[in-house]
Amino acid sequence: MAFLPYVGMALKNLFSKPATESFPAGEREYTDRYRGHIENDIEKCILCGNCQRNCPSGAIKVSKADFTWEIHPFSCVQCSKCVEVCPVKCLSMVNSFTGIPSRSPARRRQRS
Amino acid sequence: MAVNNNAKKISVVPFGPQHPVLPEPIHLDLVLKDEKVVYALPSIGFVHRGLEKLVEKRDYEQFVLIAERTCGICSFGHGMGYVEAIEKIMNLDIPPRAKFLRTMWAELARMHNHLMWLGLQADAFGFESLFMECWRLREKVLDMLELTTGGRVIFSVNKVGGLRKDVTPEMLEQILHTIDDLEKECRVVTDTFLGDPDVLSRMKGVGVLTPGRAEELGCCGPFLRASGVKRDCRMLGYEAYGELKFEPIVSYDGDCYARCVVRIEELYQSMDLVRQCIAKMPGGDIDVKVKGNPNGEYMVRIEQPRGEALYYVKANGTRFLTRYRNRTPTYANIPGLIETIKGAELADVAMMILTIDPCISCTER
Repeated sequence: MAFLPYVGMALKNLFSKPATESFPAGEREYTDRYRGHIENDIEKCILCGNCQRNCPSGAIKVSKADFTWEIHPFSCVQCSKCVEVCPVKCLSMVNSFTGIPSRSPARRRQRS
Repeated sequence: MAVNNNAKKISVVPFGPQHPVLPEPIHLDLVLKDEKVVYALPSIGFVHRGLEKLVEKRDYEQFVLIAERTCGICSFGHGMGYVEAIEKIMNLDIPPRAKFLRTMWAELARMHNHLMWLGLQADAFGFESLFMECWRLREKVLDMLELTTGGRVIFSVNKVGGLRKDVTPEMLEQILHTIDDLEKECRVVTDTFLGDPDVLSRMKGVGVLTPGRAEELGCCGPFLRASGVKRDCRMLGYEAYGELKFEPIVSYDGDCYARCVVRIEELYQSMDLVRQCIAKMPGGDIDVKVKGNPNGEYMVRIEQPRGEALYYVKANGTRFLTRYRNRTPTYANIPGLIETIKGAELADVAMMILTIDPCISCTER
């Protein structure tokens, strides 16, 4: 049983830099596998709707008539199921956040 | 008219659901007599989301995602328990590499849970800098989990038939390295918990639960093991636990200090188990092909960081299951909590609620 064992650590913490990162002022480094958001390479997309059918939370909406693919970022649970079932592999999980969900309601990609 | 003076001294103080020290909402009506608790009446139901009913709306493969999101901290255990039950019903034999990886992630989850608990316990008796220190160390474990699975608390790596993601040898190297650094830093923190005179005066001799009473009330997990009962579901040998060498950690005093000791020792034991898993990790596939639908019922018991959790699954041959029941450890520990609180001072109640490691989101899915 040491005498006041925490004192050494407390003094060290007093003079070292903070352990928190000043996000969003500073950069947040994500690892490669981080599940951030889904991106669609729209030129490769064949609008088959497989991702819409397999999404467990119903976040993706595909419209073959309008050539659009859109995702609601707040509904997405980042499970990567759409990435797995896509037949042409145009969907990918990108390791960063897109922004505040209330200001970006649905991310829409239009095919030319 | 004669007045009963004893009746005047009783007061009922509501504790929760919003309280700075509680991680999740639980309500207790504390019946006090001159600042000593005579009885506590719990009420739960503030975060009931009806997750067990959702099993009828999402097919059995998608339900892993929902089972995982029952709780943020015990999430890996919930996903693993559900998936194990389905695999046993369908008689799927998952490859050994998947078993070892699941064990490794389960032990990493145990580490981050115990570090979080240590921080909350320090916060409950007012030692805020120790709380911040424990959580800073917990961030290192969360970084390891982010590196391998992609998420800090919700991993989404379990699926029926195995795992969705594999781990590279470089990641395993990095995990070993981080655990070595983490162990040295954790020693300072745990020495404070075990040796600091202020901490000892708050925790020693407070909230004693005898072993006979703990077993009678149906307690489980570190709460039970701190009263001297040697019961740990990991000894059943599910996943890769049968091939790892470890003994359940038991302490005999039954007070808050003993529960702290058990969790601290389990933290170091988990670090050792992760090292053993990585050393024995076999190569090979991580999943098997799943054909058809499950038909039958099965119950799985696993050792979550907070105690013993049961997973009962009933399937009838279609894509949707008929019943999923999850009995979580906190649900079993609440009667033990009520027993411990009797006779305590009002100021100690917050700390005693935290010694059962309450996870109310799990309790009321």
